[in-house]
Amino acid sequence: MITVHYFASVREALSRDRDEIELTNKIQKVSDLTDLLALQDENFSALVSNENKLLTAVNQTVVGADHPVHDDDEVAYFPPMTGG
Amino acid sequence: MISIQTEDFDLGREQAELRIAAGDAGAIVTFTGLVREVYDQTASEGGSESKNESVVALTLEHYPGMTEKCLQDIADQANARWRLLATRIIHRVGRLQAQDQIVLVATASAHRQDAFDAAQFIMDYLKSNAPFWKKQETPNGSEWVDSRQSDDDAIARWQKSC
Repeated sequence: MITVHYFASVREALSRDRDEIELTNKIQKVSDLTDLLALQDENFSALVSNENKLLTAVNQTVVGADHPVHDDDEVAYFPPMTGG
Repeated sequence: MISIQTEDFDLGREQAELRIAAGDAGAIVTFTGLVREVYDQTASEGGSESKNESVVALTLEHYPGMTEKCLQDIADQANARWRLLATRIIHRVGRLQAQDQIVLVATASAHRQDAFDAAQFIMDYLKSNAPFWKKQETPNGSEWVDSRQSDDDAIARWQKSC
């Protein structure tokens, strides 16, 4: 099981702040998880199509689409950061 | 030291505490970021048409846990690059009004250049690499603030000089 957190505009677009996803052997890396979430939710699919606006973190570090995903990982999707 | 908080901060008190923590410092640089009343959207969209709106309030969301980790990482990088005697970062979250203080970065060093450069480095990284998101309220409604190319360019400047 992995926990997927959503923040800011991504959270609002999905109308929820997290999902619990049962990990199968089809999900090896971030892009596999992104594809699965897009398949399950058309709002997520719309976010993915604008890929420059969607960042992913695994265990609280920003990673690329090829980064591996393991059981018990904490994954997060969010837009580019605007601090300061 | 790093703090993520909803409460305001007292610049004078923070500087006094940093002065004690820094020991024999010759320079302290403090940067305070404020919520602007006028938000210039041109800068974020890179367009030529100006569309200024007055900001009633700004709400900051963050990713608890990752935020602290990112700010510590940025502070560690600054400490590795410059000779710093003390560093202080405060970032506020929640709903802020126009002209409120939003962020404090303070650095202390023996000589001024290290403190100046490190403070600017920390601010540049904090803007695009720490998981904060701003949502602004204007009289016409509320919207998420877009990231700015100029902020990414600011980071690229430090990477080039590595």
